[in-house]
Amino acid sequence: MEELDGEPTVTLIPGVNSKKNQMYFDWGPGEMLVCETSFNKKEKSEMVPSCPFIYIIRKDVDVYSQILRKLFNESHGIFLGLQRIDEELTGKSRKSQLVRVSKNYRSVIRACMEEMHQVAIAAKDPANGRQFSSQVSILSAMELIWNLCEILFIEVAPAGPLLLHLLDWVRLHVCEVDSLSADVLGSENPSKHDSFWNLPGNTQTLTELELKWQHWHEECERYLQDSTFATSPHLESLLKIMLGDEAALLEQKELLSNWYHFLVTRLLYSNPTVKPIDLHYYAQSSLDLFLGGESSPEPLDNILLAAFEFDIHQVIKECSIALSNWWFVAHLTDLLDHCKLLQSHNLYFGSNMREFLLLEYASGLFAHPSLWQLGVDYFDYCPELGRVSLELHIERIPLNTEQKALKVLRICEQRQMTEQVRSICKILAMKAVRNNRLGSALSWSIRAKDAAFATLVSDRFLRDYCERGCFSDLDLIDNLGPAMMLSDRLTFLGKYREFHRMYGEKRFADAASLLLSLMTSRIAPRSFWMTLLTDALPLLEQKQVIFSAEQTYELMRCLEDLTSRRPVHGESDTEQLQDDDIETTKVEMLRLSLARNLARAIIREGSLEGS
Amino acid sequence: MEEIYAKFVSQKISKTRWRPLPPGSLQTAETFATGSWDNEENYISLWSIGDFGNLDSDGGFEGDHQLLCDIRHHGDVMDLQFFDQERIVAASSTGCVTVFLHHPNNQTLSVNQQWTTAHYHTGPGSPSYSSAPCTGVVCNNPEIVTVGEDGRINLFRADHKEAVRTIDNADSSTLHAVTFLRTPEILTVNSIGQLKIWDFRQQGNEPSQILSLTGDRVPLHCVDRHPNQQHVVATGGQDGMLSIWDVRQGTMPVSLLKAHEAEMWEVHFHPSNPEHLFTCSEDGSLWHWDASTDVPEKSSLFHQGRSSTFLSHSISNQANVHQSVISSWLSTDPAKDRIEITSLLPSRSLSVNTLDVLGPCLVCGTDAEAIYVTRHLFS
Repeated sequence: MEELDGEPTVTLIPGVNSKKNQMYFDWGPGEMLVCETSFNKKEKSEMVPSCPFIYIIRKDVDVYSQILRKLFNESHGIFLGLQRIDEELTGKSRKSQLVRVSKNYRSVIRACMEEMHQVAIAAKDPANGRQFSSQVSILSAMELIWNLCEILFIEVAPAGPLLLHLLDWVRLHVCEVDSLSADVLGSENPSKHDSFWNLPGNTQTLTELELKWQHWHEECERYLQDSTFATSPHLESLLKIMLGDEAALLEQKELLSNWYHFLVTRLLYSNPTVKPIDLHYYAQSSLDLFLGGESSPEPLDNILLAAFEFDIHQVIKECSIALSNWWFVAHLTDLLDHCKLLQSHNLYFGSNMREFLLLEYASGLFAHPSLWQLGVDYFDYCPELGRVSLELHIERIPLNTEQKALKVLRICEQRQMTEQVRSICKILAMKAVRNNRLGSALSWSIRAKDAAFATLVSDRFLRDYCERGCFSDLDLIDNLGPAMMLSDRLTFLGKYREFHRMYGEKRFADAASLLLSLMTSRIAPRSFWMTLLTDALPLLEQKQVIFSAEQTYELMRCLEDLTSRRPVHGESDTEQLQDDDIETTKVEMLRLSLARNLARAIIREGSLEGS
Repeated sequence: MEEIYAKFVSQKISKTRWRPLPPGSLQTAETFATGSWDNEENYISLWSIGDFGNLDSDGGFEGDHQLLCDIRHHGDVMDLQFFDQERIVAASSTGCVTVFLHHPNNQTLSVNQQWTTAHYHTGPGSPSYSSAPCTGVVCNNPEIVTVGEDGRINLFRADHKEAVRTIDNADSSTLHAVTFLRTPEILTVNSIGQLKIWDFRQQGNEPSQILSLTGDRVPLHCVDRHPNQQHVVATGGQDGMLSIWDVRQGTMPVSLLKAHEAEMWEVHFHPSNPEHLFTCSEDGSLWHWDASTDVPEKSSLFHQGRSSTFLSHSISNQANVHQSVISSWLSTDPAKDRIEITSLLPSRSLSVNTLDVLGPCLVCGTDAEAIYVTRHLFS
C-alpha cells in the first residue's frame, strides 16, 4: 500500500470561507472544479453561498509558462527523433547516438534556463522575479540530475574516464551557479591534474595510470612525512588536500559549494581511478561528512545519491515526487528505456513505467488548449494504452473552427480511427445543417462516407424544393460529381435536378425517360412520387407525343400504386377535406392527361411502323 | 537552400506575412507579421529580422528574428494581410475583421477599425445570434474583401463603417480563400472543390463563372494568382494536390500535380519570380517548385489541343518574346521532369500552416510553435 511521502500541501481558495461552508469539487482530466455550497456544517444553511464563483484549480502551472512551452516543443522534436532511431543499431554507434540525444535534451533545458534567467533579471515586480529565479533553480537542478544520469547510465563511463566526466559535471554546474566562486574554484582545481592525465588523446591504459598515480601519491606522502613544507602551513594544508585528506578538504568548505563537489574533489585526490560500482560508498560518506549532522539531506541530494547507487527506479520516483510536471521524468525514463536499462517494472494496470509516465505527460498536454497536438505523438509511442487514450482525448477537443476540425480529422485518419472520424464529421455536419449550410454538411458527410447523413441532407434539399418550388444551392447540386453515389437519396437529388435541366434545355424525350426511370427504379422516395407525376404533366400536355404507350402504362401503374396505398393523415377534418380536394383534383387531372396521352401514343405508334 | 533560422515562439502560428516594401525600393524584406491561433490569448505580432551584423544582448545570429511589438487578438487569427505599409487586416474566428495600425515611432500596434459582425450564421438582429469564422481576407487598397464559413462575401472599404457590398449565401459551403483576379473580379475557393469568379460590377448574387475539379469534390483550401498573368491561378486541396487553372479556358484545371500527403494550407507564386511557386502543408513540409528553364525548345510540351494552339499562336506572333512570358505553369508536363521540387525545412515537423515570400526572403510558421526565416532563397 502507498504511504504518504510528505505532507499534502494546502491551497486556499480566495473568497471561499471553508470554515463556514462546505465546498464542492469535481475532477477533470487535468484540473479540478471547486465552488462553495450553501451547506453549513454548524449553523443554519444560508440560501445562497457567499462566494459566487466556480474555481478551476490546476496543479500543473508549468504548461502555461511561456518560456517552458519552448521546452515542450523542442523536446517533442527530440523525442520523435529518438523513437525513430534505427533499432538495428547496436554497440558503439547506438550509444553515441543516445548520448547525442541526451545532450540535445540538456541543451534545450539550458536554453530555457538562460532565457528564464534573463527574464528574472529584467522583471520589474520582485515577486515575479523571485518566481522566475526559483524556476531557474529548478531547471538547473533538472539539468544537474540529467547530466549525472547521462554520465552514469547512458555514457556508462568506465573507471578512469568516469572521474573526468564527473569533474566536468561539477565544473559545469558549480561554475554556473556562482561565477565569483568559480574563479576561486578554478584555481583550486590544480592544473597539475590536467597535465598529469594528458587529456586529449590519452593512450595510457588504466593500470599504467594507476601506477603513475600511486607513485605520485607516495611522493606527496613522503613530502608530508619529511615535513618538507613545515615552514608554510598553507602549503602543508595544500599537500594534505592533494593527498585526499578529508579533514583538510573540509576546512575549505566555503569553497566547496555542495557535497558532490566535495565528493569529486575527494575522489580526485584519493581515488581517481574509482570504479562506478564503488561510487556510492564515497557518495554516502561525502554527503554525511559535508552535512556534518547540521542539516538533513534535501530532495535533490537524495536523488543524486540514488543515482550514485545506480538505483534508476529510485531516481525516477524521487523526481516524480519533487517536480510538479511530468516532463522531466517522462523524457528521462523514455531515454533510459531506449538504453535498455529499465526492467519491466509492472504497475497496477499492466503497462510499464515508461508508458505510464508518457501517458501522464501526454494527458497533461491534452488539458492545455494549444499543446494537445504535441500530446498526439506521445500517445503514438505508447504501445499498450496509447491508442485508446488518444481515441478518448481526441474526441473531446473543442472544435470552434473548421480548420481545427480538419487538423483533428487528419490526425484520426492517419491512425485509422474511423469511429472518431465519423463522430466528429457527424457533429460538424449537424452544426452545418442547423446553420443552413447544406453544402458544408454534404462536404462533411462525404468526408466521413456517411451515407445516412447524406440522405438527411438530400431530404432537406428536397423539402426546400417542395416548399419553395425551386432549388436552393444549385451550385452544389449541379456539381455533385461522383459524390452522388454516396447515398440513394443524393443520387435521386442529382438526377432530379438533371431532369429539370433537361427540361429547361427542351430535351423532352430525355427528360421524360429520366423521370420515368426515377420512379421505376425506386430511388425516388414515395413521398415525392406525387411531385414527380405532377412534373410529368407538362410533358404529357405537350403538342408532340413524348411518352410512348409503354411509358404511359408505366406512369399509370405508378399512379395507381400511389393512390391505392394512400396513408391516413392525422390532420383536422377541414384541412383533410381541403387536402383531399386538392389531391383528388390532381389525381383526376393526371388520369385525364395520361389517358389522353395514351390515346395519342397508341395512334402514333399504330400509324408509324414501330416507332 | 541554406541558412534557414528557426525560433520557438510559444504560440502556434496560423498566418505570417512580409510587410510590403515601398514601390521602387531596393531594400530587402525586413519586417513580417504573424498571427497565432488556438491559445487562450492570441496575438498579432510584428517581427524584425534586423540588419546585417546585428548582435543583440544575447548574441543572436544575423538571421535571428526579434519581436518588435504585439497586440492581443480576439479569437484565432484565420487570415492576415498587409493593407499598406502601416496597416494590417486580420480575420478572426469570431467573425470579426480588424484593421491594426502600426506606430513605428513607439513600436506599438493599435486597433484602427473593426467590423465585428462581418460573418455570422444567424444575424446580430436575432436572439439566437451565432457568429461564423472569417476564413479569408484579401486587400487591394482601399478595398478589403472577406469570406467566411457562412458562405458570405463582404466588400469593405477602409474608413467606411458598413460593408460596401455583401453577397449573402454566395456559397452553400464554406469559402476557404479569396484572391483578386482583375480589380473588380475576385475568385473564391470552397469546400466542395469549386472556384467561383465574382464580378462586383454586376448586380446579382450569382458568380460569373464556376470552375471545378473533375472526379471527387475535394475541398480547396488556398488560392493564389500568378503575379503577371491574371488568368493563371494555382489552388491547393485537402488531398495535398496542386492544381493550375487557366480561368479563360474551360472549367477544368490545366494541370494537377500530386504534391503533399495532407491538406495544402497555402500556395504562393513568388511575386517577382513567378516561375517559382511555394506550398506548405499539414504534413509538415514546405516545398519550393521551380519551373524556370533556359531551354528554348518547348514544342515537345504541348499536350493539350487547345492550349497548344494558343501557345504556338502566341509564339509565332511574338517571335522575340522571352519564353517565360508564356507561363510555363500552363504548359507543364510533369512527365518531362521540368519542375524541380525542393523541400525547404530541415526536418519534418508538425503542420506548416503558413508561408510568405518576398524577394530572396521566405518566412513560414508551424504548429510546433516555430517560425523559420531564410534570407537566401535563391542561392
